[in-house]
This record gives sequence, C-alpha cells and structure tokens, in this order.
Amino acid sequence: MPSITRQPFRTAVLVLVWGWLLFLVLAPNLLVVGASVMTRDPGTFISLPLNLDAYRQLFDPLYLEVFLHSLYMAAMTTLVCLLIGYPFAWALSKLGKQRQLLLIFLLIVPFWTNSLVRTYALKMLLATNGLINSSLMGLGWIDEPLQMLYTEGAVIIGLVYLLLPFMILPLYSVFDDLRQELLLASHDLGAGRFATFIHVIVPLTLPGVLAGVMLVLLPAMGLFFVPDILGGSRNLLVGNVIKNQFLDARNWPFGAAASIVLTITMAILMLAHRLSKQRIGEEGA
Amino acid sequence: MTRWLPRAYLVLVYLLLYIPIGVLVVFSFNDSRSGYTWGGLSLRWYQSLFNNNAMVEAMWNSLWLALSAATVSTVIGALTALALHRYRFRGKKVLNGMLFVVMMSPEIVLAISLLALFLLVGIQLGYVSLLLAHVTFCLPFVVITVMARLSGFDESLPEAARDLGASDFTMTRTVLIPVIMPALLAGWLLGFTLSLDDVVVSTFVSGPSYEILPLRIYSMVRVGLKPEVNALGTLLLVFSLVMLMLSQWILTRSKR
Repeated sequence: MPSITRQPFRTAVLVLVWGWLLFLVLAPNLLVVGASVMTRDPGTFISLPLNLDAYRQLFDPLYLEVFLHSLYMAAMTTLVCLLIGYPFAWALSKLGKQRQLLLIFLLIVPFWTNSLVRTYALKMLLATNGLINSSLMGLGWIDEPLQMLYTEGAVIIGLVYLLLPFMILPLYSVFDDLRQELLLASHDLGAGRFATFIHVIVPLTLPGVLAGVMLVLLPAMGLFFVPDILGGSRNLLVGNVIKNQFLDARNWPFGAAASIVLTITMAILMLAHRLSKQRIGEEGA
Repeated sequence: MTRWLPRAYLVLVYLLLYIPIGVLVVFSFNDSRSGYTWGGLSLRWYQSLFNNNAMVEAMWNSLWLALSAATVSTVIGALTALALHRYRFRGKKVLNGMLFVVMMSPEIVLAISLLALFLLVGIQLGYVSLLLAHVTFCLPFVVITVMARLSGFDESLPEAARDLGASDFTMTRTVLIPVIMPALLAGWLLGFTLSLDDVVVSTFVSGPSYEILPLRIYSMVRVGLKPEVNALGTLLLVFSLVMLMLSQWILTRSKR
C-alpha cells in the first residue's frame, strides 16, 4: 500500500468520506441502539442503568394496538399500490421506448412536488364540503356529504398517492427486462396465458414486487404528516408514535425501540429481496 | 389482447395522480376565501403570500439551505464516488453498505438518530444541524448518479494522464471532473429538490432560530385549509418542474 505522503489527495478524500459517514451515519445509529436499552431521563434524555423496559413497553396493549393498526394501514397501502402498479408497469413496458420515457417522466413529476402540498391537495378533495362531496351532491347521487376526511381510508389514500411511484418504478424495471422469448417458450410448451402468468411472469417479476414492497411498506409506517393532515387522532402511524416520543413525551428509549422495530422490518425485507434475486439469477442463467 | 384497455388504464392512473395537483393549481387563482367554492380569478393569495414576512423569510431560508446542502453533498458525494471507483482500500464494502443503509432506511429513523446525535454532542438545532442532516440524506443519491457516469468511462484516459506525469489531484481535476460534470449537475439538482421538499428529517432537526418552508407549510395545513398554501404549492410545483426538466436535459444531452 502506498505511503500517506505519496498520495495526499487520496488520503484527504478517504478521511473526509469516512469521517462524514462515521460521524453522521454510524455514530447516530449506534446511539439509537444504545438509547433503546437505557433509562428515560428528563434532564439528559437518557441515563443508565441498562434495561429492556422500552422493548417491553412496545407490547403494552395500548401501543401494540397502534402498531398493529399502523402495520395494517401500511399493508393495505402496499397492497393497493401493488394492485394499481403491477398492471400499470406491465402496460407501460409494452409501449414504444420514447413514449415510455415521457410517461416515466410524468410519473416522477408529482414525486418531486412537495409531499405536504400534495397531501393538502387531497384534503381539499376529501373534506366534508370538499370537491368530491359537492360534485356528488350536485349530481344528486348523495344527499348528505360523505365523511371521508379523518378516516382510515383517507390515510391509506394519502399514503398510496404519495408512494405509488415507488412501487411502479421497480416493477417497471423488471417488466422492461422481461425477455419475450421466455413468454414465447412458455406458450410453445403448451402453457396457457394463465399458466404463463403464474409460472413465468410472476416469479420473474418477484424481485421488482419485493423492491416495491420495501420502498412502500416502510415509508407507509413512517410518514407521520399524512395522518396529521388526513387521518385525525385515531389513525396513527408508527412514525407518529416515534415523533411524539422524541419531540413531545421526551421518552427516547421507547422512541428508539420503536424505530429499531422499523429498521429490523427493513432488514428482513431487504434479505427477502436479495434471496429472490439470487434465485432468479440461478434459474435464469 | 385489446390495445385500448391497457392504454385506457394508464390514462386513468395518470388522471388520478394529476387531478389533485390540477385542483390545487386552479384554486390558487380563486378569489373566494373558502377553499371549496369558485369566486372568480384573482392573484390575491400570491399577493398575501409575498406580503407575509415570516413566509418570505422561510422561503429564503429554505432556498439557502437547499443551495448549500446540494453543493456540499455534491462535493462530498463526487469525492466518495471517485474513491469507490478508483481506490482500493480496506472497508470499501462497509462504506458502500453505509450509503445503502442511508438510502434505504426510513426517513424517520435517520431523523431521530441525527436528533439524538446533535443533542448529545451539543450542536444547536438550526441552520448547521439542518445542513448536516440534509447533506447526509442527499449524499447516496449523488454518489449513485456519479458512479453510474464513471462506470461507463474509458479507463485508459486517467492512466494516460498518470503516465504523462500528472499527479493524482491534477489527473482528477483535468480528466475526471470534466467527464463527470453532467452527473455532478444532475446530482446537485437532485440534492436541491430533495432538500427543498424534505419534511420528516427537518421536523426533527430544525430549531426556532431557522424556520424553513416545509415546516411552515406543515403548521399551516394541520389546522385547516389555507388558500395561501395553494399559491405556495403552485410556485413550488413550477419550481420543481423546471429543476427536473433541467436535470433530465443535462443527462440526456450528455449521453449523445
């Protein structure tokens, strides 16, 4: 290995990069892990002794209910995104290349628009005297305004609206790579359209599905501003709990433990994604 | 299969994506005070936006933060990409892994970990903490953009420069930087937009001394409907659109 003096530039770059990542990525994450096993302290936020109280608190029926409800809403969001996104990505991949690029661009545009503003736009539509209700009443289809805002459905709609592109993009990428010969081969071997779908298309697009699930499911548990704007106080996400624990209740150990649960979920999903990709790599080679 | 069905489906999804945004834009020109009924064309909400001093200050703060976060993350991100591409060093996989973790981990996890760090180390919550946080979450995106550009690059050029006696630094400056320039610009624009739109991380690491736009919007939309938000949202939409088109244009032009 060359000596430090011979390559001052290389050394400077590596020190800067490592320094940044160690101080602002590794240290903070270790801190959260540490905080989760410490004791809550009103003065210094956390103090000794070490204990697992925070993790025990996660199973407190009150919080367990919030977590399960959040998981349910996130799962529904992911499912809706998948149901909308899968055929969407498929249809998109069948178009001409130039048109595909334009449509992908159109898909990304809203994603670059401030997500708060977009959530607010949904609020305008869903409110009791909002545009959907007034249109439906104007058409005479309903007599009384529907209660859409501050419901579980509103939170799921909001999350789907914000996260749909994250499901579509990885799906589009696997459909784009899907080799037509495989579909033809399946057809030649006598498989019907349904059998081809189940035995060829689904397994080959599975990594895209899992990548999409990963990119949707986790944010769908963390985007605390969506229930704040659309959901009212009964439809909280894990993100709301973490935010309250850190910013209002000042219970760091509990907030940290909740965020570690999120991280572990992420790790499991990433592992599943990697395994599914490996399987396809072996079979498709 | 029928051809029109998939196309009709695509159109439907795009309509659903764009209707809320369209309504937002249209109602930003609405003269009526209520957010639901149409009262004629007017620019009054844009006026009241710019007459609101706290709002204008938050705009400038956000703009300055986004400019500086994008610049710092582009510099560090580009250097990281160069190091990953060219140098062999111990812990390269760990470095890659850390960048991946930043990109994949839920924003809220990043947010609380940084808050914990800042409070325990004693960094005051304000511009500095926001800058450090924003650079951190923009970094992986810059690294990926630059790496993509470097991976398709002819290795003989830097070697030739070295053979001709250029030092590592000179070679980077005269050969590599011009090659990755489009990626640097695209990465910068990406960082700028990410920083400008961030809500989750900023909620945690900002202090009362430095109010930024997304947090101001957040406090406005929580309580009810505010027509100013429509005007502000429209401005932000136009702004992001211009930035996005610019970065696409730079990337496609450089490929030819």
